[in-house]
Amino acid sequence: MKAIPHLPCLRLGKPYRSLNQSEVIDYRSGEIRATLSQINPGIIRKDLTKINSARDALQKFSTTELLNICKKAGDSFLHDHLPLGENGALQGPRDYVDTLSSTSGLPHVMVRKNMEKIHFALSNMKLILNGLTRGLDLEVLDLGYGEQSGSPVCFHPTTKALGLVMPSNSPAVNSLWLPAIPLKMPVIMKPGKDEPWTPFRLMQAFISAGCPAEAFGFYPTDHEGAADILRLCDRALIFGDKSTTDQYAGNPGVQVHGPGFSKILIGDDEIENWPDYIDLMISSISENGGRSCINASAILVPKYAREIADALGQKLGPVQPLPMDDEGAVLSGFANPKMAEWIDSAIEEDLRVPGAYEATAPYRDGTRLVQTEGGVYLRPTIVACDSIDHPLANREFLCPFASVVEVPQAQMLDCIGPTLVVSAITKDESFKRELLIDSRIERLNIGPIPTMKISWDQPHEGNLFEFLYKRRSIGMAA
Amino acid sequence: MASKNQINEAVLKLDNHVAEIIHWHFSEETGSPFWLQWAKEQNWNPLNEIRTFQDLCNKFPYFKDEWLRDLPNEAWVPKAYQHRPFNIFETGGTTGMPKQRIGWDDFRTDYSEFSTTLNDEHFPRNHYWMMVGPTGPRRLRLAIEHLANERGCSCFFVDLDPRWVKRLISTQQFDQARAYMDHVVEQALTILKHRKVSALFTTPKLLEALAERRDLVQAGIKGVFCGGTTMDRQYARFLMEEVCEGGKIGFVPTYGNTLMGLARHRPFGSENDYSITYHAPQPRAVLRVVDSQSGNPVEYDQWGRVELTTLTKEFFMPKFLERDEAIRRKPWEEAPWDGVAEIRPFGAMEKKIVEGVY
Repeated sequence: MKAIPHLPCLRLGKPYRSLNQSEVIDYRSGEIRATLSQINPGIIRKDLTKINSARDALQKFSTTELLNICKKAGDSFLHDHLPLGENGALQGPRDYVDTLSSTSGLPHVMVRKNMEKIHFALSNMKLILNGLTRGLDLEVLDLGYGEQSGSPVCFHPTTKALGLVMPSNSPAVNSLWLPAIPLKMPVIMKPGKDEPWTPFRLMQAFISAGCPAEAFGFYPTDHEGAADILRLCDRALIFGDKSTTDQYAGNPGVQVHGPGFSKILIGDDEIENWPDYIDLMISSISENGGRSCINASAILVPKYAREIADALGQKLGPVQPLPMDDEGAVLSGFANPKMAEWIDSAIEEDLRVPGAYEATAPYRDGTRLVQTEGGVYLRPTIVACDSIDHPLANREFLCPFASVVEVPQAQMLDCIGPTLVVSAITKDESFKRELLIDSRIERLNIGPIPTMKISWDQPHEGNLFEFLYKRRSIGMAA
Repeated sequence: MASKNQINEAVLKLDNHVAEIIHWHFSEETGSPFWLQWAKEQNWNPLNEIRTFQDLCNKFPYFKDEWLRDLPNEAWVPKAYQHRPFNIFETGGTTGMPKQRIGWDDFRTDYSEFSTTLNDEHFPRNHYWMMVGPTGPRRLRLAIEHLANERGCSCFFVDLDPRWVKRLISTQQFDQARAYMDHVVEQALTILKHRKVSALFTTPKLLEALAERRDLVQAGIKGVFCGGTTMDRQYARFLMEEVCEGGKIGFVPTYGNTLMGLARHRPFGSENDYSITYHAPQPRAVLRVVDSQSGNPVEYDQWGRVELTTLTKEFFMPKFLERDEAIRRKPWEEAPWDGVAEIRPFGAMEKKIVEGVY
């Protein structure tokens, strides 16, 4: 019988086995896939007192050297057998896909796509840094000062480490912190409960590529530990729902990655062509199991809302859960079935509010929530709403869900609220100008571009370089 | 491991003590108004039917904690103590009337005996102690001072109000809770800066907070006597290995409260995965780990609810169910009766418990 691996905590690179351990389980069978050292928050606080040594270890490398390490780490992450836990245990890419899939509910095909995204990010880190720094000469990062476009520039770090409180929903979310390493910033991470695999594998890939192990803190811990990471690292990223977003709103040291409320808007000039955009809408709603903040959760149109909802319902309604290793799998299972039950009941309750109906229901044989393939799934849900004020018109759930709402073009931007990605299908110059000056949109796609398409050379949700470094004025005597 | 003889002797000693205490509290000449009245309301007579600790367990119902809240303190005064004013000690409490236990000399007896378990290397005689923790109406405040005095030491005090901390945490005012903790820690650091202190009594969280702000070894601390909140195995290990620097500072965890006194720990470390077992100051107090449904002791090395019986001439409290759960451990040669290990709030695995820093 295969031994159950134990993932230790990494205390600035040093493995530490805690006496408290949690289990990472197969969401279908309940089988234990790994045990995970759970550490008391005091360990994080103690290690943070030694964080200077971690920074010093990274400072010994030039940015170019660290970019090379990123490239090697990307290849290693994608292809190699890497340390997993203790006693020389290794995990190959196939085992990684299978294990991650079994604990997170993501089908193999999606895990592989996420792997490729991460690989791309690591292999193209120079491009990403270029986007983050707006073309800064990399030598400036090594020296701390230099010139850009003929002007002197000087940057100082805003923190000694980047704190991370990670989610479990999607592995590619890890690509957000990867630039911290070539930016010479150690990471102090609390991994997601059901998804320790990707960050641990990434850290091992970095270490095997020559990155100093001290740069990595991997601390499975409790709420107090998470709060300490956010409080004691002067800069930290947290992922969570709206309550988390609200809790840290206005805290300049915490960048919150919450719901995206991403949307597709179709202008008056393009609405007659709506059938041409149905496939784009479907991929925006359902790619990656509908779990990403860049998945579309609302489609705003000036007319034909019922027709569009019906067309989406016809295509998405019949979509069913497939075996995890099926290449055509679209839906993710829920590692926490209670979450699926909550989402299902929340949708049902709000559907009782007049002014909305479910367009997928007529094309779905059976209930939204299904138990099959050994797990719990939510089948796609499209809701047609009469008004943007309906409780389901601007909601986001961890599954393929979207509303279709009829809103006059002139009122669309008044009612979208904060939106991570807007794909605006229009050629109307005046509408485009309004979109370009709207401050609530983080990423704007103009034209028929799926919301899921992002650009690696443009940060779409916060700029990590500007978060970790601050420009200051400098004068140096000749 | 305790021998059979040691265990049997302890059982005999406990049974004799039980008989003596029952006689004391249920005799008209010496008993307290509460127990004399209680006995009249029963259809059995403790004086006739309680000879052993097992008899006590079989016959007495669970002690009701509201008796310590609702009844006047005088109800608990044994006749022999009527001429002496009593100390009033309170338990934790967050809102409303706290439980109160009255007493005279028990805390001195408990802590004088406990002093014999401390070594002079880590708790030097004729020096200074500091208590950083709940003082106010708690027995612990007088007890720690007595313990220090017993060893020829004087004691500094920094107060912490656990009721306020619990209220802050339960209303999610975490910033205020942290600010209050900082306020307490700063006062302790000021004492450490200006006065020589070799022994500390504090809670685990305050100990950790102190160590984060000051190198305790360099500050001259040689021993830490620590209790008040849960210490699971990992936390105990962290405090031993990293806060007390692997033995540079003697680390003495205790389990105690106003109603019992204090239980001593038996040696622990990497050899037993830092599982801390405590033994009650038997025969003055008895701890059992019981099944919360049947009331019977659970098997050794199994979890159950902690039940306390206090048996002194000042205070008799049979079968009080604590708000804690623990693992039942076998007798130890230095305390040849059952131990309670890895104590944590009752139901800790099922629900979130507000413990705060105390």
